[in-house]
Amino acid sequence: MKRSKTMELGVGLFMLAGILGLVFLGLRVSGLSMQAPSDTFRLEANFANIGGLKTRARVTMAGVTVGRVAAIELDTDWYDARVVLELDDELEGQLSRDTTAAILTSGLLGEQYVGLSVGGDPETLADGDTLRDTQSALVLEELIQQFVSNMVSD
Amino acid sequence: MIQRIRRLGHRGCDLLESFGRAGIFLAQSAVGLPSREGLYLWVRQMHFVGVLSLAIVLVSGLFIGMVLSLQGYTILVDFGAEDALGQMVALSLLRELAPVVAALLFAGRAGSALTAEIGLMKATEQLTSMEMIGVDPLRRVVAPRLWAGFVALPLLTVGFGVVGIYGGYLVGVDWLGVFEGSYWSNMQASVDFVDDVGNGIIKSLVFAVVVTWIAVFQGYDLVPTSEGISRATTRTVVYSSLAVLGLDFVLTAVMFGGLA
Repeated sequence: MKRSKTMELGVGLFMLAGILGLVFLGLRVSGLSMQAPSDTFRLEANFANIGGLKTRARVTMAGVTVGRVAAIELDTDWYDARVVLELDDELEGQLSRDTTAAILTSGLLGEQYVGLSVGGDPETLADGDTLRDTQSALVLEELIQQFVSNMVSD
Repeated sequence: MIQRIRRLGHRGCDLLESFGRAGIFLAQSAVGLPSREGLYLWVRQMHFVGVLSLAIVLVSGLFIGMVLSLQGYTILVDFGAEDALGQMVALSLLRELAPVVAALLFAGRAGSALTAEIGLMKATEQLTSMEMIGVDPLRRVVAPRLWAGFVALPLLTVGFGVVGIYGGYLVGVDWLGVFEGSYWSNMQASVDFVDDVGNGIIKSLVFAVVVTWIAVFQGYDLVPTSEGISRATTRTVVYSSLAVLGLDFVLTAVMFGGLA
């Protein structure tokens, strides 16, 4: 059987193209970065209502993404939602103890995310601490209900 | 009545037997270390099954990406959400269209050819002669074709996805005027490498195994006449298309439906 160099070259190029395509999908389409994932630390926050917040949603501070929502579960002691936040390691020991967390919506119909705003307490939060001051998600139905009942009472 | 039940049982046993034969066939031919010669035979098959399928797969990918972008734009623009076009094109391509359409094209382009080739080898008793001179046709003929299919289809799927996303970019950004930055950034924010790209590739691996297995087994197991070859070639395309579409639903339900 004759060994065709061009055929081998073709197959090599084909496989190379496949691998390059995978790299493209990784870097350009799914936005992976080449750096190793940075270390994180965890904070917990209890919300009365999380609305449509999902795991892997952004956690922002002044609009800058500083982490992700790692887990959401029902806290059976209080029957509210316990949200576990995974934040960049750099922020450990930087956030004051009275940092507040609020569930915000990007745009009118956009996805929901957690916004942190820093307080003034000199003591700082460490890994595993719980945020005390939280603000629940805005639920459109409740807002409309309030509006309608105000209209009726007027 | 009893006759009918017996006939049904006969059919059932035949079906089970052919499943069993196909399983033994796969295990015997696909497992084992390749020799140097085997590696070369694999390269030859990769050329035929993979490189020569590139044209049809990439052209289809480009057009599907373009159509997806055009259709998506006309719907999204009603909601003022045309910025999410990149996300829509990328997710639908990576999760569904690239694995499924590439596998269907692969079944038509390469699977039918594999069946016909092996079938003709069987009909002209080349396979029997190989056994006579002490060459195992499973290792010599079947194994390189199986492995070429297993490797080629995932690569073709990746190519399909990349070209499709580029096609969506051409139509969405260059023609319809979606802002380029939001096309890419929405895509990057919503596509997860493991969940979306990874699951798409797992899908295409499963499809590769199923399609090549069906194609090669149909060729190996056919009735060695010209009619048998034509029947087997048809069966390859029909069975692999049905298997791909059916398995796609099952895999999607497990991967994205929250069943796992």
